Amino acid sequence: MIEAPDLSFAALAPLLLVLGAACAGVLVEAFVPRHVRHPVQVALALVGTVGALVATLLLAGEEDQVTAGGALAVDGAALFLQATIAGLGALSILLFAERGLDPARSAFVTSAAVPAGSPRDRELMVDTRVQTEVYPLAGFAIGGMMLFVAANDLLVMFVALEVLSLPLYLISGMARRRRLLSQEAAFKYFLLGAFASAFFLYGLALVYGATGSVRLSDIREAGVDGGGGVLLVLGLGLLIVGLLFKASVAPFHTWTPDVYQGAPTPVTAFMAACTKVAAFGAILRLLYVAFGTAEWTWRPLVYAVAIVSMVVGAVLGLTQTDLKRMLAYSSVAHAGFLLTGVLGLGAGGEGSGLAATMIYLLVYGLTTVGVFAVLTLVRDGDGEASHLSQWAGLAARSPLTAAVMALFLLALAGIPLTAGFTGKFAVFRAAIEQGAWPLVVVALLASAVAAFFYLRVIVLMYFSEPVADGPTVGVPGVPTTVVLAITATATVALGVLPGAVLDLAGQAARFVG
Amino acid sequence: MPAEGLLAASWLLIALPLAGAAVLLLGGRRTDRWGHLLGTATVVAAFVLAVACTVQLAGLEERSADVELFTFISSGQLDVTAGLLYDPLSAIFALLITGVGSLIHVYSIGYMAHDPARRRFFAYLNLFVAAMLLLVLGNSFVALYVGWEGVGLASYLLIAFWYTRPAAATAAKKAFIMNRVGDVGLAIAIFVMFAQLGTTSYAGVFGSVGTLAGGTITAIGLLLLLGACGKSGQFPLQAWLPDAMEGPTPVSALIHAATMVTAGVYLIARSAPIYDLTPTARAVVLAIGALTLLIGAIAGCAYDDIKKVLAYSTVSQIGYMFLAVGLGPAGYVAGLAHLLAHGFFKAGLFLGAGSVMHAMNDGVDMRRFGALWRKLPVTFGTFGLGYLALIGFPFLSGYFTKDAIIEAALDRDDVWGWVLGGVAVLGAGLTAFYMTRLMLMTFFGRARWEDGVHPHESPSVMTAPMVVLAVGSVFSGALLVSVFPLSGWLEPVFGEPAEAAHVVAPALIGLVVTVVMLLGVLAAWLFVGRREVPVTAPARVSPVTRAARNALYADAVNESLFMRPGQWLTRALVWLDNRGVDGAVNGLAAGLGGTSSRLARTQTGFVRSYALGMLGGAVLVAGALLAVTSG
Repeated sequence: MIEAPDLSFAALAPLLLVLGAACAGVLVEAFVPRHVRHPVQVALALVGTVGALVATLLLAGEEDQVTAGGALAVDGAALFLQATIAGLGALSILLFAERGLDPARSAFVTSAAVPAGSPRDRELMVDTRVQTEVYPLAGFAIGGMMLFVAANDLLVMFVALEVLSLPLYLISGMARRRRLLSQEAAFKYFLLGAFASAFFLYGLALVYGATGSVRLSDIREAGVDGGGGVLLVLGLGLLIVGLLFKASVAPFHTWTPDVYQGAPTPVTAFMAACTKVAAFGAILRLLYVAFGTAEWTWRPLVYAVAIVSMVVGAVLGLTQTDLKRMLAYSSVAHAGFLLTGVLGLGAGGEGSGLAATMIYLLVYGLTTVGVFAVLTLVRDGDGEASHLSQWAGLAARSPLTAAVMALFLLALAGIPLTAGFTGKFAVFRAAIEQGAWPLVVVALLASAVAAFFYLRVIVLMYFSEPVADGPTVGVPGVPTTVVLAITATATVALGVLPGAVLDLAGQAARFVG
Repeated sequence: MPAEGLLAASWLLIALPLAGAAVLLLGGRRTDRWGHLLGTATVVAAFVLAVACTVQLAGLEERSADVELFTFISSGQLDVTAGLLYDPLSAIFALLITGVGSLIHVYSIGYMAHDPARRRFFAYLNLFVAAMLLLVLGNSFVALYVGWEGVGLASYLLIAFWYTRPAAATAAKKAFIMNRVGDVGLAIAIFVMFAQLGTTSYAGVFGSVGTLAGGTITAIGLLLLLGACGKSGQFPLQAWLPDAMEGPTPVSALIHAATMVTAGVYLIARSAPIYDLTPTARAVVLAIGALTLLIGAIAGCAYDDIKKVLAYSTVSQIGYMFLAVGLGPAGYVAGLAHLLAHGFFKAGLFLGAGSVMHAMNDGVDMRRFGALWRKLPVTFGTFGLGYLALIGFPFLSGYFTKDAIIEAALDRDDVWGWVLGGVAVLGAGLTAFYMTRLMLMTFFGRARWEDGVHPHESPSVMTAPMVVLAVGSVFSGALLVSVFPLSGWLEPVFGEPAEAAHVVAPALIGLVVTVVMLLGVLAAWLFVGRREVPVTAPARVSPVTRAARNALYADAVNESLFMRPGQWLTRALVWLDNRGVDGAVNGLAAGLGGTSSRLARTQTGFVRSYALGMLGGAVLVAGALLAVTSG
C-alpha cells in the first residue's frame, strides 16, 4: 500500500492556480459559446498567472519547505523564479490577446489543422474568428515551467520538462502568417526537443542506476566519490545536455534561430523569456543541490560551454539580417552570460551567483518580452516586418516606437542606466568573486561584439533614410500598450534604482533540500 | 556656526541668477521682450540680498556662517556636502560680483539694445553670476571647482557670443583650452587633498593640512597656483585674456576685468592656511606676480586696440594682487583691497571703452580716435576718473591700494623685498605711461576718425553705471584703507593684522610712487601727446617696441613649445590610429564577420544536421566530464 504524501496546499498554491486555470480553460473551450470565448479565456489565463504571482509573493515570507512527499522544494529561489515566470507569463498572455494589430484580429491561425495554402486556408485568412486554445496551452506551459524550477526530484523535473515543452511545440506552429515557416519551426522544435528529452531521460536512468534514487538530496549524499563513479558522471552529463538544450546554450542552440523566427512573435516572446528562466532554474538546482559537492566535476565543463555560447551567439548574431533571428543569437549569447552567473556560486552555495543569475533572468525576461512586443508593431502586408532593411529610418516615421526599441536594445547590450547593465554587472561580479575572471574577460569581449548588432539596429532606425515602401507602424491596443509600458518602465527602473530588487533577490537566494 | 535668518537663505544668491538663466534659455523667443529686464532684476535682487546678508554677518559675534544644503556626492570615503560658507572674505566677493554685476547688467540693456540675441546674452551673464557666486560662496574645494568650471563655461559662451566671427570663436576656444591647463592643476590639487586628508571641505582641509609633509603641502600649493594662473591670466597662461576681448565689452568689464579673472586671487587668499605653511609655493606666487606685472605693463604700452591695452592692464594689475597675496599674512588684505578697487575702476574703464566704441561704430583702433573729450563729455569724465584711479593719482583709490602692496613688499626687509618693491614701483611708472598714452590717443589730439563716423554720447542707461563706478573708483581706496578698514573686516579670516615695522616710511613710498607715476605721464606726453599720432602704426620701430607689440612673444612661445609639438603628436597619433588601431579594429571586425558567415553555414536548416550537432556536443560533454573525473 502506498501512503498518500503530505501536501502543503499553501506552498502549492501558485502551481495549482496556474494549472487549475489551464484546466478550466479546456472546459471553457468545450462549453462556452464562441463569441465570448476569447475574453473569458484571456481573463482566466490572467487570473491564473497574476494569481500565481500574488501567491508566490505572499509565500515569500514563509519558511522554506520540501513538500509533496519530497518531490517539490518551495524555497526562496523557487519562489523568486516562479514569480518571475508567472509575471512574464502574464505579460506574454497579454501579447497573445492583442487584437488591434493584425488585420485578421489575432496573431494565431484560426484553425491550425487546415493545410497551409489550401482554399479553405485562404478563406480563413480573412476570417476574424479567433482561436482560443492557445491560452490553456500557454497556461500548461507556464505551470510546467513553475514546476520545473521547484522540482526536487529528477522524475518530477522530467515530467515538468515535458509539461512545459509539449504546449510550446504546439503553439509555435500556430502563426497566422507565414504558416509553413511556423509549422516547420514547430516540427523542428518538436523533433529536437524530443531528442533532448531523451538525453535527459537517459541521464536520469544512469543517475538512478548509480545512486538508487531520483531525489536530489539523495544523489548528493551518494556523491561522485561514494561509488557512483562513471555512471553518475555520465548521467550528470546527459542531464546537463537536456537542460542546456532548453536554455539554448551553444552547441545545443541550433533550434533557436529557426524556432524564434518561425513561431508567432508573441509566442517567441513567451519562449525566449519564460523558458530561459525555467531552464536556468533547473540547471541551478541540479548543479547545486544534487551535484553541489562534486562541483569540481562540472565546473570546467560549464566554464567551456559558457565561453562557446557567448562567442557563438555574439559572432553569429553579427551577420543576421532578420531581427528575430538576430534576437535568437542574442539569446544564445545571453545564455552564456547567465552561465557566468551560475559559476558565480561557490561550492557550499555561498557567493552571490544565485542572486545574480536570478536578477539577470528577471531583467533579461522583461527586456525580451518588451523587444518582441515592439516587433509585433512594425508590419507590412505579409505580417511582421522583421527584416533589418525594413527598419531603416523608422525613427523619422515613428519616433516613440524607435525610442522604445532603442531602450530595449541598449538594455540587451548592457548599457548602464538600463536593467541590462544591472544584470550583467551582477553576474560578472559574482563570477569574479569566485575567481572566474578569465571568463568575465571573455564575456566582456563578447558583450562588445554583441553590442555591434544591437547598436546597428539603432543606427539604422535613426541615421538611415526611410525606405520607400516601408512597413507601417501599427497602433497597439490596450494589451500591448500595457506590456510595453510595464517592460519599458521596469527596464529603466531596474537600471536606475536596482537596489530594492537586488535586495529581494539576495534574500531569496537560497536552496532547500 | 550654522546660519540663521537671512544668511540661511544665502543660497538664493546663487539660485536667483541661475533661475534667470534657466528661464531665459528655456523660455526661448517668448522671453525676448522682457528677458533683459528679468536678467537684470535677478542680479539686482541678489545684490540687495548680499547687502542684507553682509549686514547680518557684521552683527554676528563669530562673523562666519555655514549653510548646509544637501549631500552632493556620497561615494565610499568621499563625502561631499553641498554647502555655503558666508564669511567676510566671501561677503566682499559676493558684494563685488552682484554690485558690479548689477551695474553691468543695466549698462548692457543699452549696449546690447540692437543685438537680436540680447536675451541669450543676458542668460549667459546670469549664468556667469550664478557660477561666480557659487565659486566664492561654496564651503569646499569641490563646490569651488564646480563654480570654477561654471564661470569657465560662461566665459567661453560669452567670448564667442558673436560666434559667426572667426576671431571670436577662436578666442573663445583659446580661452577655454588655456583655462583647461589650469583647471587640471586645480583638479589634481583637490585629488591630492582627498587622497591625503580624506576631505575636501575648507574646514576639514585647513584643520588638518598641518599634518602633511612639507613637500605635499608645497605640491598642493603649486597645483592650486597653476589653476589660479589659468583663470587669472597670469604667466605662463596669460595669453588668452587679451584675445578674450573679442566678446562684447560688458563681458570684458564684468568677467575679464572685475570678477572672474580675480578668482585666482580669491583661491590663493582662501587657501591662505595652506600657503602659510609653504614658503616655497609662496615664493613662486611672488615670482609669477612680479613677472606678470611687468609683462602686462610692457605689452600694454605697445597695443593700439583700446580693449587690448585695458586687457594687458588687467593682466598687470592682477599681477600686483598675486604679488600681494604671495607675501603672506602681510599682503592678503592689501591684495584684496586692490582687487576691490580694481573691480571698480577697471569695470568703469571697460564700460567707458564700450561707450567710446559705441560712438565710433564699434571701432577699437585708438589711432582712429582722438579729440573725443568734447563729443563724449560724460564718458570722458568717468573714464578720466578711472584712469586717475588706476595710475595711482594721489588720494584716489589706486593710490592707497597700490601703495599698500608696495609697502608690504618692502616690509619683508630683505633683498627680495627691495626687488619686488622696485618691480612694483617700475610697474606703476609703466602703468602711468600706457594709460596716459591711451587717454591722449583717445580723447585728445586731432580727430582721426574714419569717414562716416559721427561720435555721440551714449544713452543714460549706459552712462549712469559709468558714473556710479567712477564715484567708486575715486573713493573706494580711501574707504577700504582708512575709513572702513578692510583689515579689520577680514580679521576672522586672516587673523589680527600684525603691527607692521615699516622699513621705509609710508609717506616716502607715496612720494616716490607719485614721482615715478608722474615721470610715466610725462614720458607718454613726450612720446605721444606732443606729436601727431600716425593713422597706421609705424613699421620701423625698435626691437623693444616690436617685442612689446607681440606681447613679449608669449603666443610664439606657446606655439613653438606646445602647439606645434602638439600638432606633430596629433598627426603621429592620427596616423597610428588610422593605420594601426583602425587597421586592427577593422581587421578584427572583418575577421569576426567572416567567421560569422562561415559559422552561419552550419545553420543549414536541416533537423538532421542539428541533431548531429547536438549529438556531437553531448559526446564532448560526456567525454569532458569523464576526463575531468578520471584524470
